[in-house]
Amino acid sequence: MTTVETPIGTAKTMVLNMGPQHPSTHGVLRIALELDGETVVKAVPDLGYLHTGIEKSCEDKTYSQAITLTDRMDYLNPLGNNLVYCLAVEKLLGLEVPKRAQYVRVMLVELQRISSHLVWLGTHAIDLGAMSVFLYCFREREEILKIFELFAGQRMMTSYFRIGGLALEPPAGWRAAIDKFLKMMPSRVDDYETLLTKNRIWMGRTQGIGYISTEDAVALSMTGPTLRASGLAYDNRKLFPYSSYEEFEFDVPTRTDSDCFGRYMVRVAEMRESLKIVRQAFDKIADQGPIRSEAPGIVPPAREKMKTEMEALIYHFKIFTEGFAPPPGEAFVAVESPRGELGCFVASDGSAKPLRVHFRSPSFINLQALPKLTEGQLISDVVACIGTIDIVLGEVDR
Amino acid sequence: MIDFLSAHAEIIITLIKIVLLLFIVLTVNAYLTWFERKVVAHMQSRWGPHRVGPHGLLQPLADGAKFLLKEDPTPAGVDKFVYFLAPLLALGLALTSIAVIPFGPDPIRVLGHQVYLYIANPSIGLLVLFAITALGVYGVALAGWSSNSKYPLLGSLRSSAQMISYELALTLSVVGVLLMANSFNLTEIINAQSHPAWGVGILGWNIFSGPFPQILGFFCFFIAAIAETNRVPFDLAEAESELVAGFHTEYSSFKFAMFFIAEYTSMITVSCLCSILFFGGWLSPFPQSWTFTYYLPSLLLIPSGLWVIWDGIRYETIWGRLILPGIGTVIALLGLALALPQLQFVNVFIQGPFWLLGKILVFLFVYVWMRGTLPRFRYDQLMAFGWKLLLPVSIANVVLTAFFVLLRSNP
Repeated sequence: MTTVETPIGTAKTMVLNMGPQHPSTHGVLRIALELDGETVVKAVPDLGYLHTGIEKSCEDKTYSQAITLTDRMDYLNPLGNNLVYCLAVEKLLGLEVPKRAQYVRVMLVELQRISSHLVWLGTHAIDLGAMSVFLYCFREREEILKIFELFAGQRMMTSYFRIGGLALEPPAGWRAAIDKFLKMMPSRVDDYETLLTKNRIWMGRTQGIGYISTEDAVALSMTGPTLRASGLAYDNRKLFPYSSYEEFEFDVPTRTDSDCFGRYMVRVAEMRESLKIVRQAFDKIADQGPIRSEAPGIVPPAREKMKTEMEALIYHFKIFTEGFAPPPGEAFVAVESPRGELGCFVASDGSAKPLRVHFRSPSFINLQALPKLTEGQLISDVVACIGTIDIVLGEVDR
Repeated sequence: MIDFLSAHAEIIITLIKIVLLLFIVLTVNAYLTWFERKVVAHMQSRWGPHRVGPHGLLQPLADGAKFLLKEDPTPAGVDKFVYFLAPLLALGLALTSIAVIPFGPDPIRVLGHQVYLYIANPSIGLLVLFAITALGVYGVALAGWSSNSKYPLLGSLRSSAQMISYELALTLSVVGVLLMANSFNLTEIINAQSHPAWGVGILGWNIFSGPFPQILGFFCFFIAAIAETNRVPFDLAEAESELVAGFHTEYSSFKFAMFFIAEYTSMITVSCLCSILFFGGWLSPFPQSWTFTYYLPSLLLIPSGLWVIWDGIRYETIWGRLILPGIGTVIALLGLALALPQLQFVNVFIQGPFWLLGKILVFLFVYVWMRGTLPRFRYDQLMAFGWKLLLPVSIANVVLTAFFVLLRSNP
């Protein structure tokens, strides 16, 4: 339990317990606020209400089984979590993934980024009182979830990426579904901007609120849109490309206002950039080709091979009973999740289960900036600041 | 008995009117929630209530039953008397303020008695109304204070400060109208707008006519009134994303419903005032010589009745198919009856209420529309907006109006 000490009797301030059950702490975040009137004197975030022990649970699963656990971590970005975990294990194994699978991964992860930003925009807007934007955002997110359902059979907990490639061949009709979405979405983003960007009330609520300088943001190791809105174009997709991101053309939007409005503008711009990437990936993905790498003993063999080759049948049996054992060693991979740098560290002791899995979760690290952002501001701004940090509590606590 | 009745006819008629008005206002309130939910839903590409009754028409009843039947716990540590007083005060004052609003120009003759469409018509009607609504802040302040909880306290502090500061702009913004009408009486304020230029009704309304058109006054009044009623974008007191539910966080069941009804009643009052003070109240916007505009209610009722029938026969549930065409038939027949020459006097009589209700509905729609569109102000921004913009503008409006009124009377 985190407490804020105030001298009793002489206190001029009031301690307000915000959360864990509160409409706009985006889950079960608890903040102990010390208030002087409506001004925040001190803000102490209190975590751990959604601790699920995912990292620890991974140690008792085979490498393939752990994928489904990563879905539940940042539940607005399950495909991104799958990706970073798969990339880490693939690095450990030294596995090369076919280009076709890489492009599909990029396409789906970028769709996921749009859907995550949509949830962010909607909840942030409803926190500041703009109710309609919330429902518009969720209407479009629904279309993305339908696409995920088409690909993976699941709307949220997709687990579509596997070590060495994809779980399934892209389904029939995926091109039509994505094409429809790509044609619809740009005008919808314009709609949100019409309602918010030049709205005087919105500007008043976000401009100059939650300022954090580039130096402070770097010192707190913030990443993602929160850092880019403070003027530093740090994006793993550009700086340390993975999954063939170097073949895609896109900009990294940055702002220099370093406040809630800047973070809003960066995320809206990112949605547009992601649409560009999805379109490019859409064009690059070949209609035919392998979706998994050729790695007997690690990647399950194709169905036809199992029926004709004895080795394939044996590998299949072994993969699904005892798993596979990577050589001892460790690997770290970082990707750009919608919230920032999402890193995955996997250590192997040569057995079929990971020795240690650790995630560098951007929500947790960005949340450290909350006291810095909110102290000295009003209680209404706390809500705006929590919103623009864009935390997902499942990822904060893991 | 008959002697008693005729001796106290005035009182009895007033009592009946009060009961009738209460019934009407509460029903309108209930359906205002339905209207709001439906309109906002359609703005947000949703359906809104549609499970209870056809098109969710029985939803207000279901909500009412729910409010009555919910458990009503009193939190520990509350100041019991004040805690119970606050919702009573809020609702009582909100309902009282409707009493001075005139709904039509002509009296009805019932058993030889003149029955006017208002409960009270004091010569200082507007002052009485403002006095009553100004007291409404007590409901909010006491509710927050007595709840013995931090979120309601913050909510009621915000809301008290807000209501007191916007009171100033609200009252000052109508001074222009008072100067032009030379009266505080609401009926006289409307009648003062009935001498339009070239006989075109709409040009006589305060917002367009007079020595100084009250456009500034209207905008100040409407904005201040939204703040006064604690609605979006000034709903800081109950900003659910910050203060959970603001001053009524600790209230549940019917005590919560009382605050709810009070809020919606004051929305209706404000819409009435907007139409009366600035938009000519019950006056038609058309030239008085256009007698055919008297058929407008019929022209509106018949097609909407037919539309309801058409919609009803295609409705998905059997109850909808049974009830909706019935309602549609009643509406359409009402429209037809009003067009009959034999019922000409009824038609002439309802012209006033028809226009007034039409205008009220427009303002209520604007309220809902804003709720679907705008984000919320922050507390300090709201205060700055009220004191630094609204107040100076409404004072300027008073000075300018006074100047032009003086110029006209002493050329």
